[in-house]
Amino acid sequence: MDPAGPSAAAIADLWWWMLAGSVLLSGLVFVILFLAFRRAGRAERSDAPSEKLWLGWLGLAMPVVVLLALLTYALHLGGRILPGPDAPDLTVEVTAYNWGWSFRYPDGRVSERVLHIPADAKIDLVISATDVIHSFWVPRLAGKMDAIPGHVNELRIEADRPGTFAGVCAEYCGIGHVDHDFQVIAHDGESWQDFLENRE
Amino acid sequence: MNAIGRHRGLARIWAGEPGLRGVFSAVSHTDIGKRFIIASAIFFAIAGVLAMLIRAQLATSHSAFVGPEAYAQIFTMHGSIMMFLFAIPMLEGVAIYLLPKLLGSRDLAFPRLTALGWWCYLFGGSIMVGSLLVGLAPNAGWFLYPPLSGPEYTPGVNSDVWLLGVTFVEISAMCAAIEIVVTILKFRAKGMRLDRMPIYAWYILATAGMMIFGFPPLILGSILLEIERAFGWPFFDPELGGSPLLWQHLFWLFGHPEVYIIFLPAAGAISTIIPVMARTKLIGYGAIVASVMALAFLSFGLWVHHMFTTGIPHMALGFFSAASVLVAIPTSIQIFAWLGTLWAGRPKLELPMLYLLGFFFVFILGGLTGVMLAIVPFNQQAHDTAFVTAHLHYVLAGGFVFPMLAAAYYWMPHVTGRLRVMRIGEAAFWLIFIGFNITFFGMHLTGLLGMPRRVYTYPAEAGWDWLNLVSSIGGFLQAFGFALFALDIALQAWLGRPARRNPWGAGTLEWTMMTPPPAYNFASLPEVECREPLGARGTLAADLARGEGLLAAPRNGWRETLAVDIASGKPDHVAILPGPSLLPVAAAASFGGFFAMMLLSLYWIAPLFLVAVTVVIWLWASTNGSREPVGPLEIGDGTTVPSHYEAQGTVGYWGSVFALCASGTLFGSLIFGFAYLWTVAPHWPPQTGLDAPLFETGLIVAGALAAAIFVRLALPRTGNGEGRLYLAIAGMGLTLLVLASLPVLRLPAPTDHAFGAVSTTLVAYGLFHAMVATLILAFMMVRKRQGFVAHGRPQEMRVATLWVDYAAGTAIVVALVLVLAAWGV
Ligand SMILES: [Cu+2]
Repeated sequence: MDPAGPSAAAIADLWWWMLAGSVLLSGLVFVILFLAFRRAGRAERSDAPSEKLWLGWLGLAMPVVVLLALLTYALHLGGRILPGPDAPDLTVEVTAYNWGWSFRYPDGRVSERVLHIPADAKIDLVISATDVIHSFWVPRLAGKMDAIPGHVNELRIEADRPGTFAGVCAEYCGIGHVDHDFQVIAHDGESWQDFLENRE
Repeated sequence: MNAIGRHRGLARIWAGEPGLRGVFSAVSHTDIGKRFIIASAIFFAIAGVLAMLIRAQLATSHSAFVGPEAYAQIFTMHGSIMMFLFAIPMLEGVAIYLLPKLLGSRDLAFPRLTALGWWCYLFGGSIMVGSLLVGLAPNAGWFLYPPLSGPEYTPGVNSDVWLLGVTFVEISAMCAAIEIVVTILKFRAKGMRLDRMPIYAWYILATAGMMIFGFPPLILGSILLEIERAFGWPFFDPELGGSPLLWQHLFWLFGHPEVYIIFLPAAGAISTIIPVMARTKLIGYGAIVASVMALAFLSFGLWVHHMFTTGIPHMALGFFSAASVLVAIPTSIQIFAWLGTLWAGRPKLELPMLYLLGFFFVFILGGLTGVMLAIVPFNQQAHDTAFVTAHLHYVLAGGFVFPMLAAAYYWMPHVTGRLRVMRIGEAAFWLIFIGFNITFFGMHLTGLLGMPRRVYTYPAEAGWDWLNLVSSIGGFLQAFGFALFALDIALQAWLGRPARRNPWGAGTLEWTMMTPPPAYNFASLPEVECREPLGARGTLAADLARGEGLLAAPRNGWRETLAVDIASGKPDHVAILPGPSLLPVAAAASFGGFFAMMLLSLYWIAPLFLVAVTVVIWLWASTNGSREPVGPLEIGDGTTVPSHYEAQGTVGYWGSVFALCASGTLFGSLIFGFAYLWTVAPHWPPQTGLDAPLFETGLIVAGALAAAIFVRLALPRTGNGEGRLYLAIAGMGLTLLVLASLPVLRLPAPTDHAFGAVSTTLVAYGLFHAMVATLILAFMMVRKRQGFVAHGRPQEMRVATLWVDYAAGTAIVVALVLVLAAWGV
């Protein structure tokens, strides 16, 4: 992962935390298993298994604590990613179809298969589809959002630097699915002005 | 009578028919269970070959040897076969084989229903796999999202094959689920209170209960989508007031519980095997039962987590995310109960235990990535990438395949009475385990690098080449492992040395019988005072063979087993089970004719086969019952109980209760669909509305109430209640006619708008149950005249009352929903 937007970056952080937690927890289980078999070969034991320890502390209390922490973190993060109350700098209508993408800007212009946005700005995408279900996904900028005929979904994206980002359709949409891709071009101030004035 | 004589007598009574006829008429749970297991293993192999094709295709960025269309069929069928033709039938097969043996019963509650389930599964599975051979297999992904799978974008029969084939197999699953629940509740050993049941029975009870409530939404969705494809009713078409999201809700209402439906039986096997391997008792029986029930309950609250990217509001997302995370807790309790049991005992690394260690490793990793995917922001990033593919394979292989392999080695000495031949099983384990991890571990990474699911090729620049190649190599290693496993099992069945009874030193009842098991399971039925009767009394096997248990003496050539009180396990009545029969295969063939005609678009011939189904079921019901009083029967402990002909709360009654629960869930899902479309879909409210059918509603309510009242009045009058029965039929008939008039006279055309489509479907549902109830009342009339329903034998009337009440209730609800809908427009 090579995040190029605040949303994708936050998700990357989340991922590293979850990965570390997972390594710890699975390590714990594997160590217990290993020791249980090692113990088996050794001397007699008289201690009855403690249900309180195994079920109460390890089985119940531990996951409750871990999951609560994770949920709090994630909910907080989720609130930041969705379009907030602050107004976007630009809203673009995205329409997916077999097999292309069209992007309609506030001034009525339409671009095919290339989404132009200014870098360092909050963009709200209003996403729908005309035929079957597709899914809008630019891995380096944000999570995906489905494009569903008859429904309209919103997604906020933001590129924190100028550049070209690959986007794909992430929901199987028929035999042209594999080539159902697009590009996002994030412009710096100057070339965004060029785009707006239709000089490119 | 000595043990040999008893064996001969019982064996004669419980024997199947010889020759080819016996193949079609078999009803024994041991035989049918083995058939389910073998057939689902074959389907696993077929799906495995498809997986090999996928891995060959993706091995490098330029190795594509099939085009996108063939590839779509391959990945759709790989998923569909694994889910519907392998996992569910496999768990059913194991449960069908094991349950009566664990519970101390001689067969399942409805032996002919077991056989019906088998034939439906075989025919439905054959339709699906056959379509692959002719290149017309389903191709819209295993969850078949419309509009892609709808009439416009998949005009061929591909989606029909899926909808009809899967529904056919689901009928089989519903049969098994109802049968399993009723068997666990009623057919247990004397003294086996609920809290003395083997832990496996609790798991299977939860699983079967989930199937009863989890499968109807999918069956409904399949019916609606098939109607849309065949007749153009726009349930999922947003242009005409439908919504593609309705399918997703119905599908995942089934699909999420499905994951636990697959996991719980495997966990039940783990909970059974681990204490035996550790030479101790399972710790935390009560906590495990509680967490299994919690899991079953919670899993119904989670379906939306498969739809996090469909634009669900943030708060709802938070709720479902929390619920998804919550299921980790009961799972964790079970895992630590198993670890604690191993810690407390003296575990030995026998072969089943080796496979369970594989389970621990793979399942823990899958569970942890599952928690990650339950976190919304991460899900939105990883959804529909190879990461999800990797996660679900870790969960399903870890949570189902590895435990099932362990179970296979654990119970093979029971099925065949033989020991395994060489140490092939260890080699198979290492190939499967290492191959599996090589295949799927890297796919987490491939997914995080952005490789989506379901692409038949990818650009070389993407840099996914080497990861995919490694995955493909791992896949082929696994395939060798599974082949070796199959070889090992076959060798054991043919060449293994005879095993002594109870080779693992287990404490549960299935090891008290001869192995391989005789058709009657127990020469005499055990009495139970603890959870591990065989562990508590080492001589139990010999005692039962000597006839020291219940129902030891063969009587009248009857197939007898004991039915108990649900909670206390006290003997309640003797159930006399039916023997071999060709009715199940006839019923399944009639269903098959219906599905085949639908597939060929011969819509006017198809209903004829439903008439055939009705005739077969009528004949089937006619074979039950007794015209003469039977009287109390000795059970062998000095007490007598009635036969099921003269008892209350028989399995027939409970079977009807659960069948109606399933139907009610389908009905509820339909009403949910109505409300959902109304509030969420575009183009609502519809242009053409509906005048409130108040007059018709009055008639429907009157007819329904009359039917429900008069069937009750006829009930005690088992001598001459005929007049009242006629009045009940008249009432139900009135309801039926008025319901039938609604689509013709009142409702808007079903093809114009989803409003007309859903309301017509609602009426059709009410009509279906009204027809069933009318037929049942007519059947009661015949039974009364023939003397099957008589004083002291009112059981069939009780069952009939249940169906009449349900039909009356749904007819009234349908009418009221229409009135409300008319006012709403
Ligand atoms: Cu697409």
